[in-house]
Amino acid sequence: MWQRIRLEPSRFALHLAVLLIVAMWTLPTAGLLVSSLRDKNLIATSGWWTALTTTVRSVQTRTKDASAQVEQDGVFVISGNLFDGSEEGTGTVAAFGTRVAKPDEFAPGSTASYDDGRSLTVNADGTYRYTSPVKFEEGRGQRVFFMTSVPPRFTTENYSNVLFSQGIGRAFVNSLTVTIPATIIPILIAAFAAYALAWMKIPARGFMISVVVGLLVVPLQMSLIPLLKLYNASGFLSKTYLGIWLAHTGFGLPFAIYLLRSYIAGLPRDLIESAQVDGANDFKIFRRIILPLSFPALASFAIFQFLWVWNDLLVAIVFLGTEPDKTVLTYQLNSLLGSRGGNWEILTASAFITIIVPLIVFFSLQRYFVRGLLAGSVKGG
Amino acid sequence: MADIKLTNLNKAYGAVHILKDVNLEIRSGEFIVFVGPSGCGKSTLLRSICGLESITSGTLEIDHAVVNEVPPSKRGIAMVFQSYALYPHMSVYENISFALENQGVPRDEIRQRVEKVADMLQLTPYLTRLPKALSGGQRQRVAIGRAIVRGAKVFLFDEPLSNLDAALRVATRMEIAKLKRGMPETTMIYVTHDQVEAMTLADRIVVLQAGRVEQVGTPMELYERPGNLFVAGFIGSPKMNFMTGAPADKMKCKTLGVRPEHLEISARPSPGSMSGKVEYAEILGSDSFVYVATGHGLITARENGRTAVKTGDTVHLTPQAGHVHRFDENGKRIESK
Amino acid sequence: MTMQLFSAFFTVLVGVGGCLAYFWGSNALLDVLLPVSARNDDRSIRNLRLQSTIRPWLFLLPALILLAIYLIYPVFQTLWLSFHDKAGDAFVGLDNYRWAFSDTGFRTSIFNNFLWLLVVPAACTFLGLVIAVLTDRIFWGPVAKSFIFLPMAISFVGASVIWKFVYDYRGEGQEQIGILNAIVEWFGGSPQVWISMPFWNNFFLMVILIWIQTGFATVILGAALRGVPEDTLEAAVIDGAGPFKIFRRIMVPQIMPTIIVVWTTITVLVLKVFDIVLTMTNGQWDTQVLANLMFDWMFRGGGDFGRGAAIAIIIMIAVLPIMVWNIRQANAERKGGH
Repeated sequence: MWQRIRLEPSRFALHLAVLLIVAMWTLPTAGLLVSSLRDKNLIATSGWWTALTTTVRSVQTRTKDASAQVEQDGVFVISGNLFDGSEEGTGTVAAFGTRVAKPDEFAPGSTASYDDGRSLTVNADGTYRYTSPVKFEEGRGQRVFFMTSVPPRFTTENYSNVLFSQGIGRAFVNSLTVTIPATIIPILIAAFAAYALAWMKIPARGFMISVVVGLLVVPLQMSLIPLLKLYNASGFLSKTYLGIWLAHTGFGLPFAIYLLRSYIAGLPRDLIESAQVDGANDFKIFRRIILPLSFPALASFAIFQFLWVWNDLLVAIVFLGTEPDKTVLTYQLNSLLGSRGGNWEILTASAFITIIVPLIVFFSLQRYFVRGLLAGSVKGG
Repeated sequence: MADIKLTNLNKAYGAVHILKDVNLEIRSGEFIVFVGPSGCGKSTLLRSICGLESITSGTLEIDHAVVNEVPPSKRGIAMVFQSYALYPHMSVYENISFALENQGVPRDEIRQRVEKVADMLQLTPYLTRLPKALSGGQRQRVAIGRAIVRGAKVFLFDEPLSNLDAALRVATRMEIAKLKRGMPETTMIYVTHDQVEAMTLADRIVVLQAGRVEQVGTPMELYERPGNLFVAGFIGSPKMNFMTGAPADKMKCKTLGVRPEHLEISARPSPGSMSGKVEYAEILGSDSFVYVATGHGLITARENGRTAVKTGDTVHLTPQAGHVHRFDENGKRIESK
Repeated sequence: MTMQLFSAFFTVLVGVGGCLAYFWGSNALLDVLLPVSARNDDRSIRNLRLQSTIRPWLFLLPALILLAIYLIYPVFQTLWLSFHDKAGDAFVGLDNYRWAFSDTGFRTSIFNNFLWLLVVPAACTFLGLVIAVLTDRIFWGPVAKSFIFLPMAISFVGASVIWKFVYDYRGEGQEQIGILNAIVEWFGGSPQVWISMPFWNNFFLMVILIWIQTGFATVILGAALRGVPEDTLEAAVIDGAGPFKIFRRIMVPQIMPTIIVVWTTITVLVLKVFDIVLTMTNGQWDTQVLANLMFDWMFRGGGDFGRGAAIAIIIMIAVLPIMVWNIRQANAERKGGH
């Protein structure tokens, strides 16, 4: 419709504008993903947007010490490769030098001479030859400065690091343990309640629906202290999975009932009455007619609840506690943010692990997600 | 065998009175049609018989047992809904067998009965299909099959043809008539706002208006001897002409009614004729409707074939003897001796 | 690890199974206690009626109990706590509220919350509307929209990491690894420590929520725009209105109810915003907001349930008008429709 009303100056500007907006929205996430795959030294020294370019970096190293010297034709020689023992293992020397101020004094292949007759030849592949007319004295090797071009390099090392040694792997499993039941239980409970509120003859139906709508906006922070007291008093709920499932279920119910009720109430009346005439009781009608026909609404609520629970930090801290064996991903990430604030290789990889599941859910089920949003919002909620 | 008896049946939603003192006796095996303008309560009456609506006061008896409080599934009835109410996620077979499954009928027997019904309604090739893969007429037949398979004593139809196009409607109407002939024992109650369906299908018609029964009778009774002004105006198309004043006084009544098909058009006056100017003439081919402005209002007359009169002509209308209906000041019919 | 996976799987099974068992079990029990035979005897009919009176409550009971425990009871309990001292023992009247309004931390939070309320819903709705209109007119609009929508799936903590990285600061002379400072340098400016920049740092935190929520606004408003009857637009074109006028005078008024819904939904969210501030600054550098302040008083050093509860009640009061409006909308809709 709107396409037909053409907005000059040009379509080109329109495409460009949208492209710019999309770039603004995706760049932050892209930065995270790219960085999480980069070498940890590179993350800290160059912007992630340079990840695909070859960077030139100045490196300081030492030749081997005197014990490696051999005597050849009356000169003492230490030879080796500057990249030995470096993190990269191989590389290209773009230039080298003997002083820290001038790491690019000599071109590869040329020879730098020291005052006392020693000389150093470094080739492009990093091999060097360090000679002296007299025997090298004991001690550390000679300092060498060189410029090396680092080709783009990606690694999954950060991931294996955080998964196995930073507690992210365990937290991942904990997150699943929390999220799956905390998604399914409210769906079941809400679907039954929604059917009752939509179609069954019960007193005070309108009042109950109003209460549910009212509870939609209650800030859940308000529930925390009373519930914590209740949990501590009960004994069996505090810091257990059951406790957090029920908490997430309770907090998710108003939206779930609201969303599912408006969908189920919109199913054709004839279908339900026909099933009644056919002799099905309400439980059977629910199972055989309502559940299959409400699949889109159930799916969209499921996605909502899954994302909400998976991404939740507050409820998890309060009800599951901070014992290392039960912490969820968001908590783990938050504590890494505190303790490893500067270690971007850990943070980026961890963050990406926490967002990958919601992203997959989101992309594969986007259709239902959007439909649920529309059902929940446009109809006046 | 199922007699149905309604005694002083009332239905109200709060202050809104939908059905007012409905009394009706339906004999076993009858085909009854409820007809009336929209909002007259005909669907509510049907749904009350079905048990989908509770009854506010009065009694409903099926086979001499009061069933006011009996749930729909225990009343021995089957209902065909306006929208057919086919379960969209179940195959035709599952749709038809659902009621039997709920009754706990053994699997083999379900299969036999479903196949028999499918055969009867030419649905056998479609048993595994979902409703959305069927045409309108096929869906309609599935809805009927669902009712037949249960062996119900009473069939209720809620405007079952209103979702079909004109051609299919005529064909399905005839199929329903045939179905009834094949099930002489089964009582059928049919709701429609279409008087053609009512006239062609019904053994007896119940005309409803504003929650009251206006008249009950065979189609011809209603046509020939409408009990009051409402029925006279509602049955028959085009509508009956009503006149008050001088012509009515002459016949010793308050309102005089003549159907358009019982008026003769002539160019010359004759005893008892009314004269007027032709406002408009509609020529439909098989017949023509002539609208004449007389001193007693706009009168419609029907002529077979193509009429010769033209707009602006002065014509004279003469009612046929014996086809004049008289009504008193309450709108009640005055029987002629 | 395998052991952990197994026990997690078992736990999940128990949780979901227990829930299923309740519904199936209670309904089966009802059928056993009040048997209904295929025949139409009086007992079956009576039992059937009894069943249909009891069954709705079997369906509703778990939901009602959970709502009562997790939301309704806490509202009243919090109200009670807000009139009591830090341990909830002694009645202190309005002291906690009096404290709140004289506390500088609270005033900062109120001020900041007010800023958030002013900026975030407006920005999200405006951007959402603009993006919806723009993407509706190009062939790759749906793809563009799903990229803008994507941050909705990301947790606040994840988003905080992402944006901390964007805002990262390296001293002048060093190579910047945060893209914002890199861009600033590229344009010749000098890098800034965005997160601790007084006053403006609030806006850098808001950007995160705007980034997350704009997709929501886009999708909802986009659907509403598509629901605007085409003939009204065509009529406007025939009446000689230009595109901007059509947008302003024909489209926006017709989707006004949706705009209000989007606005209020985001407003409620803003009042509850907690994670972003907690993870980005934890309220330092004058970025505190009410929800985080409350959390501080409840669970951290403060440990004063009375004050925390008072803050919660203040948030609740702020949400109240929206709640009333929602209920009235829902009731009107229910009466109009089903």
